Amino acid sequence: MISIQGVVTGSYIIAIVLFILALGGLSNQETARRGNWYGIFGMTIALVATVVGFVNPETYPILLAALVIGASIGLFAAHRIQMTQMPELVAVLHSLVGIAAVAVGYANFMGHGGQLTGVELTIHDIETYIGVLIGAVTFSGSVIAFGKLSGRIGGNPLTLPGRHWFNLGLLLAVIWFGYQFVIGSAAGTGMLPLLIMTVIALVFGIHMVMAIGGADMPVVVSMLNSYSGWAAAAVGFMLGNDLLIVTGALVGSSGAILSYIMCRAMNRKFLSVIAGGFGTGGGTSASSGEQDGEIVAIESEETAALLLAAKEVMIIPGYGMAVAQAQHVVNEITKTLRGKGVNVRFGIHPVAGRMPGHMNVLLAEAKVPYDIVYELDEINDDFPKIDVSMVIGANDIVNPSAQTDPDGPIGGMPVLECWKGETTIVLKRSMATGYAGVQNPLFFKDNTRMLFGDAKDTLDAVFKAL
Amino acid sequence: MRISVPREIYAGEKRVATTPEVASQLIKMGFEVAIETSAGAAANYADATYEAAGCSIVNADEAWSDADIIMKVRGPDDAEAARLKAGQTLISFLWPAQNPELLKDLSERGITAIAMDSIPRISRAQKMDALSSMANIAGYRSIVEASQHFGRFFTGQITAAGKVPPAKVLVIGAGVAGLAAIGAANSMGAIVRSFDTRPEVKEQIESMNAEFLMLDFEDEDGSGEGGYAKVMSDEFIKAEMALFAEQAKEVDIIITTALIPGRPAPLLITADMVESMKAGSVVVDLAAEQGGNCELTEPGKVVNHHGVTLIGYTDLPSRMAAQSSQLYANNLRHLLTELTPEKDGIINVDMEDEVIRGATICKDKETTWPPPAPKLSVAPPKQAEPEPVAVVEKSKPSAAGPIIGAVIAGLALLGLGAVAPPSFMGHFTVFVLACFVGYMVIWNVSAALHTPLMSVTNAISSIIIIGALLQISSSNDLIMWIAAGTVLLASINIFGGFAVTRRMLEMFRR
Repeated sequence: MISIQGVVTGSYIIAIVLFILALGGLSNQETARRGNWYGIFGMTIALVATVVGFVNPETYPILLAALVIGASIGLFAAHRIQMTQMPELVAVLHSLVGIAAVAVGYANFMGHGGQLTGVELTIHDIETYIGVLIGAVTFSGSVIAFGKLSGRIGGNPLTLPGRHWFNLGLLLAVIWFGYQFVIGSAAGTGMLPLLIMTVIALVFGIHMVMAIGGADMPVVVSMLNSYSGWAAAAVGFMLGNDLLIVTGALVGSSGAILSYIMCRAMNRKFLSVIAGGFGTGGGTSASSGEQDGEIVAIESEETAALLLAAKEVMIIPGYGMAVAQAQHVVNEITKTLRGKGVNVRFGIHPVAGRMPGHMNVLLAEAKVPYDIVYELDEINDDFPKIDVSMVIGANDIVNPSAQTDPDGPIGGMPVLECWKGETTIVLKRSMATGYAGVQNPLFFKDNTRMLFGDAKDTLDAVFKAL
Repeated sequence: MRISVPREIYAGEKRVATTPEVASQLIKMGFEVAIETSAGAAANYADATYEAAGCSIVNADEAWSDADIIMKVRGPDDAEAARLKAGQTLISFLWPAQNPELLKDLSERGITAIAMDSIPRISRAQKMDALSSMANIAGYRSIVEASQHFGRFFTGQITAAGKVPPAKVLVIGAGVAGLAAIGAANSMGAIVRSFDTRPEVKEQIESMNAEFLMLDFEDEDGSGEGGYAKVMSDEFIKAEMALFAEQAKEVDIIITTALIPGRPAPLLITADMVESMKAGSVVVDLAAEQGGNCELTEPGKVVNHHGVTLIGYTDLPSRMAAQSSQLYANNLRHLLTELTPEKDGIINVDMEDEVIRGATICKDKETTWPPPAPKLSVAPPKQAEPEPVAVVEKSKPSAAGPIIGAVIAGLALLGLGAVAPPSFMGHFTVFVLACFVGYMVIWNVSAALHTPLMSVTNAISSIIIIGALLQISSSNDLIMWIAAGTVLLASINIFGGFAVTRRMLEMFRR
């Protein structure tokens, strides 16, 4: 007789291998599409095996209905979404994983019928408790991140007085209720501590993301990504399911590494980003950087003339390009200039935008060839050879004070050294500071020209003038 | 108001304070412009062209007497100064520090005098900075003069008749003149090196494709106030002189441009060094007027010593009169634009304005020179380097941190293993291994793919749906419906995540 259990486990192993291949494939443009397909196959195999192996055929209609509805919503959202809204979509999807973990945890707690005793029960309860905890934090944190990214909630960090003590208090409360929960569970109750803890976890998630400034959003998004993985892993422990554990751990560690990469790109300590409140302590040093020199504004026609006269052009996009949806006209300008023999390249700072790799996605959407898009480390030494750098809606990532003012809020953060080029044109809506709240000496340099206005409108005018 | 431009009477001075083109712009600003007969002749600006631009041509007496503003290049000599009247405004180079009697005389007689050499060196005033314009020309011309006396090519050539090595040019002092000289020498094909006491100009020198000669000397910043150089310590000068002595044996042409404000030019090239140079070499001393950087140069003359030509011309800008007149006239025009904010042809010497305050040396019978120190310097002061000792101390405990952490984690793991059931430890093994696999796989992801990676991991993390699938067959209705809801949410994530990843990846193209 065929062992159903064995076949299912075999399928899970295949799924795990496929997931690892998926993540590996995603590390490189050539293999990325294949990687995505690996992921889809892995997921399909895992689902089919589980459904066939464990689900009672009587519940197929309900299962199918839920799948179809979910699939339609997911596909609809994926196709309708604008590329500039990608960070918001990712945040929403994270919140779904979080709520799913919470729901599975509750259902599991209600469902297990006292087969376990002693240490096993305790461990199982702790697993459930942690699964729900991480799920709830992921859920509320992602919802707030979504609010911040879509502009529904202000981007400024919310810094309550004594917020670290507040967090510590929440943590202690969680531990205490966990103890109550384990005791209660052994006695056949324990629902109340679980509910209270869920509320605390939700509050903690909200508070955590509220305290993080808009400039650190790339870190937050990848951190939540990591949390959603840990939530899945915790659920895996709870259910004793290796597929969940492995997949959760893969996602969790990949998210953690992404967060680490982002933090390194901003020269920030991971803990201090998570602790939040960034951008408030730098008030003194920001004001001490008094500016000499004056701002020289130029018009679109002059910009076009400068670009045409140049041999080497570097375009540095920032969040402003995403807001203005200017990536398409940027591509048009790029094509025109390249057609005229100007070597146009793109310099991308790792934390440009509000999500890791945000700018790359936007440029890819506009069909900018990816082999002229370079990373900070690849391109920074080339700036002395650049005739014209065009900064589109970026600020902190081209701020020379990161190098000159080591104690400033962005001190020590690697920046694109566009001021070493011949001329820098900065497209900006106003003279307002960036998310870090630091004045940018770049704007006052002799070889910097300011082109004020909405990036899309001004670039349209530049394109026309070309 | 009436602007008058007298002819320059200083011997050999060919420049003129305005050109026909600039004069017509001044007229547009509401001024009347009068030019003394043949004032621009030496710079190839004919009286007729001035007339065509709308100027009136007057004789010398009228030029001095019938004017509200007098614009000149050189400061007035005694005879000229005597012709000035109370209420007139004089704009020219005046060098108040070197000419205290002239300043006193002008001030006592109620003349407003604006010195082009005293325009503060701040970014806003760059367009009026006549010293820079003239230095630029002097630097260029120094190379032209040097090439005339240098009996060889600047550029290296390999010809049928033999190989020619490129000329080696050393430019000392990379101010405006020095940089202009570097540019000119470079464009003629020479190998250019440059030295300056101010380390911040290293970048500028390298941007002109010249080699910056580093002095092997502990950090001493030669930047003085207003972007000029300052006097250096004795040890520094000693090291510097050794460098020059070594370079003198090697290079063909030396251009010296070293000046310190308010002091005689520093002596950099000694007679010994000149004698060590190859025969046929050239030294151009741009500081000749202030005493010279080279011991042997004679101001205003070309001399030959040991086969080395020493050029000490003090009138290099005047030797390119058309160019320097044009730039100087533009500097004056920008200054007048600042002076007439209303654009009505009436000047207002506004002592609140930092630039005008700095340049005005006397007004209303009061001497207003020297001005208060400028508020801002051109180059920001260098940040103090953090103490290197502190870094070493810091790094020591950090090495112990991970070890302690690992020990604690290991003990915790052993403790857990002692009480936990074997099945849990099995799962835990899988978990830890998976974390490491994730770490290895993700570490090399290219930054461009971070977003697709995130959306794909997000889709994969909805594997949590398995949990719901295991529960959906529960006999408990509540659990079943919770599980169904979870399946719905998770499937949004699965399909949405993979679809959006696919959409993104489709867009990446080469």
